[in-house]
Amino acid sequence: MGTTASQLGKDTLSEYQELTFLTKQEILLAHKRFSELLTKDEKDIPNIRISLERILTLPELKSNPFRKRICHVFSTSEHKDGSLTFEDFLDLLSAFSDSATMEIKSHYAFRIFDFDDDGTLDSDDLQKLVNCLTGETDETRLTPEEMRQLITNILEESDIDKDGTVNLSEFQHVISRSPDFVSSFKIVL
Amino acid sequence: EELEKLKEAVEDRKKLIQGLRGKPWPMKQKLVTLRESQEFVEKYEGALGKGKGRKFYAYKVMMTKKWMKFQRDFENFKTACIPWEMKIKEIEHFGSSVASYFLFLRWMYGINMILFGLTFGLVMVPEALMGRPYGSIPRKTVPRAEEGSAMDFAVLWDFGGYAQYSVLFYGFYNNQRAIGWLKYRLPLSYFLVGVGTVAYSYMVVIRRMARNANEGGVGDDNSFNFSWKMFTSWDYLIGNPETADNKFASITTSFKEAILEEQESRKDDNIHLTRFLRVLANFLVLCCLAGSGYLIYFVVRRSQKFTLDGLENHSWWERNEVNMVMSLLGMFCPMLFDVISALENYHPRVALQWQLGRIFALFLGNLYTFIIALMDEINVKSQREEEKIVKYNITMWEGSLYNGTLSENNTAAPITVHPADVPRGPCWETMVGQEFVRLIISDTMTTYITLLIGDFLRAVLVRFLNYCWCWDLEAGFPSYSEFDVSGNVLGLIFNQGMIMGAFYAPCLPALNVLRLHVSMYLQCWAVMCCNVPQERVFKASGSNNFYMAMLLVILFLSTLPAIYTIVSIPPSFDCGPF
Repeated sequence: MGTTASQLGKDTLSEYQELTFLTKQEILLAHKRFSELLTKDEKDIPNIRISLERILTLPELKSNPFRKRICHVFSTSEHKDGSLTFEDFLDLLSAFSDSATMEIKSHYAFRIFDFDDDGTLDSDDLQKLVNCLTGETDETRLTPEEMRQLITNILEESDIDKDGTVNLSEFQHVISRSPDFVSSFKIVL
Repeated sequence: EELEKLKEAVEDRKKLIQGLRGKPWPMKQKLVTLRESQEFVEKYEGALGKGKGRKFYAYKVMMTKKWMKFQRDFENFKTACIPWEMKIKEIEHFGSSVASYFLFLRWMYGINMILFGLTFGLVMVPEALMGRPYGSIPRKTVPRAEEGSAMDFAVLWDFGGYAQYSVLFYGFYNNQRAIGWLKYRLPLSYFLVGVGTVAYSYMVVIRRMARNANEGGVGDDNSFNFSWKMFTSWDYLIGNPETADNKFASITTSFKEAILEEQESRKDDNIHLTRFLRVLANFLVLCCLAGSGYLIYFVVRRSQKFTLDGLENHSWWERNEVNMVMSLLGMFCPMLFDVISALENYHPRVALQWQLGRIFALFLGNLYTFIIALMDEINVKSQREEEKIVKYNITMWEGSLYNGTLSENNTAAPITVHPADVPRGPCWETMVGQEFVRLIISDTMTTYITLLIGDFLRAVLVRFLNYCWCWDLEAGFPSYSEFDVSGNVLGLIFNQGMIMGAFYAPCLPALNVLRLHVSMYLQCWAVMCCNVPQERVFKASGSNNFYMAMLLVILFLSTLPAIYTIVSIPPSFDCGPF
């Protein structure tokens, strides 16, 4: 069952290799980086959960505008607080790895962009998305006029059934045609 | 019946296990499913094995398991073996466009390694091991006249002296049909290796292009412009805050531009002025290209004159004029093109493509002018006459050795003449090889020096002079330099094109491998230490196939001269394997 003893068992290691897109070295590296975030007493507890704040200190996630959403999507905690166990962490790395398929990446990308977790991307979600992308400061934000124009354009392009929202299959249809998506949707430790 | 159903169920479970990693389930659920399925498969596989062929079935199952494990281990091993993997992962934190340059560099390195292996293993080593050694026949020895200076560093640096009369160049190879105890057919292998190098390069590039076309979806499709900007513009590899800030700024700019463009695409003002300016800009660029072509031709002719006068009478600049001029042109003309393109007022992505196209034309023009000037030098008529003169001299000289008596069956006691004393025929192939080698070396040197001065020195100056300077050096001019991905990729592509002169100098792939190796480390260091992340990040996205297409064109265009010379100009009689 889960791990966070100081060593990964050989069986568990091979199971993880079977179930993720990561190679053995990547899993071991992930384990090392995960254990570095733990305090001394926590190291022996199996299935330990790390809180959102501590995960966000990882440099790979720190500069990412979607970091909180990413943690929420991969977290299996009942409290919905974005905390991650080692297995959640592996799921995260597997979806963002180089060898992951387009389907799995687009599935998780959709869930990350769905800020209110209702299964579709409506204009609120899109607005929050644009604000994340344009940074925190006032001079980089778009004016409300530009925002409205942008969202109209996007819905015009991607909303095929014209219901005012983008659902998973419309999203996947748009994304699969993009030449950039697979190479930019990558996180490497 | 039931056995069949059971077999199917087991197969289904196996497929499920293989597809598990692609399912968007949390790890706990996947683990549970995995263990369940594995138990099921183990239990029933035993049952299926009853009856005839049980042992064979069990054996087959065990072999499949071992094979899967072997495959997985091999994959792990392969990833561990990839050179520079760690270094590139570090650079990926800068963003994927810079990393893409290094990935391209690594791929080129792989190709060059293979080319090197081919030329080294099949041509240079057999000649060195099994051919007649240095000094045994005339074409392999430094002529008596040059012996005094053959070991001088200046001469060696110019690839004359001992370097010229070695396996590095075409002229060394003997035209014996088969050499050594293996009866190794050297001339045949030389020719085939030449053909093989070209064929391999083509094949590799085309295969890459096909793979890119498959994965990349539709290249320049503009139908989802805004959605793509929204959903795919963030680069998740970015790991440092400076790059992230730059990325935010560039995304905002790109949104604003796109919105503006959408609105202005109806407007139509002043199209005549724009058209006129664009035509003017193209005309200026053509003038530049023509000017640089003429300059190179002029300089090569001058260097011919210098060689006739004897090289010692001229300064270092005059001796290396050709290479210096070509490298300097390659450095300054792109900047000129950049300035001219300000007239044109294109969308930045389109402007970048025009810029790349013009730099490509510049390099191509330079390379071709160089080759044409070289071929002029190998002017066939004068070559023939020279050969006739030398042949006549040789017969006279031989006659003088035998004291005027040429016996009928030529079995007179062979007079031992030191090979260095035999008069030599002209050897244009080695000369061509030498010119290519010199060109590549000077090109490499220029790149490294520009890197050191343009990036490193600039960074040092900006950092330290900033304390005592009137305006903020870091924000305004000159500030730190950015890493120019497209310029560097073009440089690599042209480098590869020049290697195709390898037919006349088998040492070229070896040189190139060395150069790429050093470049990797030097440029990695420069990127991490002196460069800042690019402000306008233009994903070289659909351009992946753009660069591959350029590479293909260059390969084709650089094999043309080699083929032309093989077909039209007869090989020297005293030189090389033919």
